[in-house]
Amino acid sequence: MQLYLPIADIPVNVFLILAMGAAVGFVSGMFGIGGGFLMTPLLIFVGIAPAVAVASVASHIAASSFSGAISYWRRRAIDPLLAAVLLVGGTIGTALGVWTFTFLRSLGQLDLMIALSYVILLTTVGGLMFWEGLRAMLRSRRGGPVTLRKPGSHGWIHGLPLKLRFKRSKIYLSVIPVVVVGLVIGFIGAVMGIGGGFILVPLMIYVLRVPTSTVIGTSMVLTLVTMVFATMLHAVTNHLVDAVLALILMIGGVTGAQFGARAGQKIRGEHLRLLLGLLVLAVGIRFAVELVIRPQDLFSIRETGGAPP
Amino acid sequence: MTLRAALAIIGLAAASLMAAPARAERLIVSVSNHRVTVTPNYSGGELVLFGSVEKDDKTPSNRGNYDLVVTVSGPRADMVTRRKERKFGIWINTDSRQFLQVPGYLALFSNRPFDQIASPEVQRRQQLGLNNVLLMQRVGPDFADVVPNDPFRSAFVRLRAEHGLYREATAAVTFLTPTLFRTGIPLPAEVPIGTYNVEIKLFSDGALVTKTETAFEIVKVGFEQFVATTARQNGLVYGLVTAFMALMTGWMASIVFRKD
Repeated sequence: MQLYLPIADIPVNVFLILAMGAAVGFVSGMFGIGGGFLMTPLLIFVGIAPAVAVASVASHIAASSFSGAISYWRRRAIDPLLAAVLLVGGTIGTALGVWTFTFLRSLGQLDLMIALSYVILLTTVGGLMFWEGLRAMLRSRRGGPVTLRKPGSHGWIHGLPLKLRFKRSKIYLSVIPVVVVGLVIGFIGAVMGIGGGFILVPLMIYVLRVPTSTVIGTSMVLTLVTMVFATMLHAVTNHLVDAVLALILMIGGVTGAQFGARAGQKIRGEHLRLLLGLLVLAVGIRFAVELVIRPQDLFSIRETGGAPP
Repeated sequence: MTLRAALAIIGLAAASLMAAPARAERLIVSVSNHRVTVTPNYSGGELVLFGSVEKDDKTPSNRGNYDLVVTVSGPRADMVTRRKERKFGIWINTDSRQFLQVPGYLALFSNRPFDQIASPEVQRRQQLGLNNVLLMQRVGPDFADVVPNDPFRSAFVRLRAEHGLYREATAAVTFLTPTLFRTGIPLPAEVPIGTYNVEIKLFSDGALVTKTETAFEIVKVGFEQFVATTARQNGLVYGLVTAFMALMTGWMASIVFRKD
């Protein structure tokens, strides 16, 4: 069934988009991530303009992280204070991100920057995850104890001032690194159309030393608010959010996530990380190839201003 | 005789002089539909323009071989053409050229090739053919059109043509009788909305005899168009509704799939 997307300005097959939403939802449910880093590239590969893909996926991630956040809230796995402090940085970062997005778009370099940041971010993170997963798997095969790098001593981050006690997470931490982490995630989320869960969770665990009991729930709250904020800003400044596309993605995504979560429980942690690393790496490489090969057409046209009707 | 009456007579005489120049032919044209509504599943269509050449007693009796050129131009907009180049091993947009208030849709139809209708000089002056239509560009500090084989101009025309938005057909106008003619105006799926001007020029023996104009309008209707218009005109409301829709979907999912 063909459907015309009003903002993306192209006709698409509803079932294709629905299936993509479900597939990404499955993966996101399996790994406990938002899946924006997969959704945005898939939409770009289908032919949707990168700018529209980024802006629309923001609202899709808002939906999936909201349903996740609700279930974590019921299990009391969210640290409200930590989430609030993260959000301070998150909102500033998102605003900066949308501003950068608009600026790059006016320069005509937005598509390139989206592609480049995907290549850098995804190959780095994917590579690290894959390596980490591989090492953990080899270690467990050799029969050794599966040890994550356990934070023993306090790093320089814990010497910073403005300390605050986060009761639910049982940590005593300066607000500065927390705000900075929020800012970084908000920024890249708005520019790249990703929730940033796959970077945020490791950052919270390794840098902020947030216990695993509250890390995913709290990160989902940050994702939720920054993505709602990003949706609004993208809609107001660039008029690029395609609500029809977003709705199809959401429906596919939230359904797929439920089955993904069940599948994820049957796979061992290090295998999961290895798989996720491979997936992230593959998407990154796909973008790199796209940049290096000669494009079919060297010229492109974009409307910059309409005539008065 | 009062002064006013004298003035009126002079005015009338002047008007009749202006209205009846050496022009001996008159063009009467009409399009099949002056208001085209485009629905979301619109996959292209065609309008028909028909008309006739009316002769009067001033028409030279030996004149018979008419040529017609029909120019259809859609709503105008500013556009940018960008060129990618290989830099540091990757393909980047480097150069660009701004096209100012160029038509979103442009079609030129005639009954035979332009170079048979008129001399290159007349073709240029009357803007016959995509190569001769004025496409204003910002070239450095100037506003000008460039030579047809300029890489940006030709890429611009080629890309628009690939989407069916710019076209040129030199056998599209058919004369049903020596004075009665018709031509089809194809409208692709991506046709921009707005007012379209149709200019019809009559040539004889390489010279412009007369011309006339008509217009039609393209309106998009349906839910998708409503969404697109809202997104552009009420960004804040649109954003709020989309964000609310996202939250509702997420909340519904958490209820539907609730395990406990």
